[in-house]
Amino acid sequence: MPEEVSNRMEVEQKKNLDIRGLVCPYTFVKAKLAIEDMELGGVLEIVLDYPEAVHNIPKSMQDHGQKVLKVEQTGPKEWVIVVRKEKD
Amino acid sequence: MEFTDAQIQRYSRHIILPEVGGKGQKKLLGAKVLLVGAGGLGCPVGYYLAAAGVGTIGIVDDDVVELSNLQRQIAHSTNTIGMPKVESAKRTFEALNSDVNVVAMKGRLTKDNITGIIEKYDLVIDGSDNFPTRYLVNDACVLSRKPLVSGAILRFEGQVTTLIPYEGHCYRCLFEAPPPPGLVPSCQEAGVLGVLPGVIGALEATEALKIILGQGELLKNALLIYNALSASFRKVKVPRNPKCPVCGENPTITELQDYDAGYCQMG
Repeated sequence: MPEEVSNRMEVEQKKNLDIRGLVCPYTFVKAKLAIEDMELGGVLEIVLDYPEAVHNIPKSMQDHGQKVLKVEQTGPKEWVIVVRKEKD
Repeated sequence: MEFTDAQIQRYSRHIILPEVGGKGQKKLLGAKVLLVGAGGLGCPVGYYLAAAGVGTIGIVDDDVVELSNLQRQIAHSTNTIGMPKVESAKRTFEALNSDVNVVAMKGRLTKDNITGIIEKYDLVIDGSDNFPTRYLVNDACVLSRKPLVSGAILRFEGQVTTLIPYEGHCYRCLFEAPPPPGLVPSCQEAGVLGVLPGVIGALEATEALKIILGQGELLKNALLIYNALSASFRKVKVPRNPKCPVCGENPTITELQDYDAGYCQMG
């Protein structure tokens, strides 16, 4: 991860969301509800295990005006998506 | 409030919409809407508002369910014939969504009770079937500055308009006074295609949700007319009338009045 991003994360609101076990569309519904409750600039880290959502959540987040900072596979069936809130 | 897991599932298709989201859904759950009439229009309007999770739905109607209603009044059923329409509709809406509190008021709106009733609600939806009620509801909403979504149907044609008092037109800007009794045929005399109130009621419910969510353009200063036979919509501009007797610059109607019945009282 670029240094600029990790610096930001230290000062800005950070939230974790574990949606392992959930399937679409509830993966995105939960992620959207979590980001709605955050302040602009806040960073949401999502842990998930539903493969389809690895593509769908970043795409939907971008469509809704949010910034996807990272999509990373962290296990055989586990991914982390990091999103920064840029739009209310 | 926090959503329950069941609410997240129930409203997921709303929450996904950027224009609604969790915030908008909470607005809907906190909203209070009054339906005037539990007939052809009130049934689909209330049905969709209940499905959408509008938290409080008040319904005023004086009639009981009759067999001839069931061709179009979809909240009632063969099993509720003889039951007050407000009670039949309450059962249907609450069965669809237990998040919704339906306040059933069997009776008629009058100049003496209407202000006290509408002040408890955020907006009013008119699905009444007679001119005295229609004008009473308009005048009360203007004087109380309450948003009003108004719909009407006959034969194969219906119309919808949204009145935001003193911002846009009111019903009297459009039609200054009720027509004399007997001039305009009623549904009872002229008939109505059963699905027509479904179309117009769904449009009224859409306007209500937009008002609550603060999204989109309302039918303010506009009248939307639907013709089922020609499968066409027409949107007509309706300017405010500066000489309107109720919302104009020098109003002559400053308190409510009742009009003589003598119009169709059937749903």
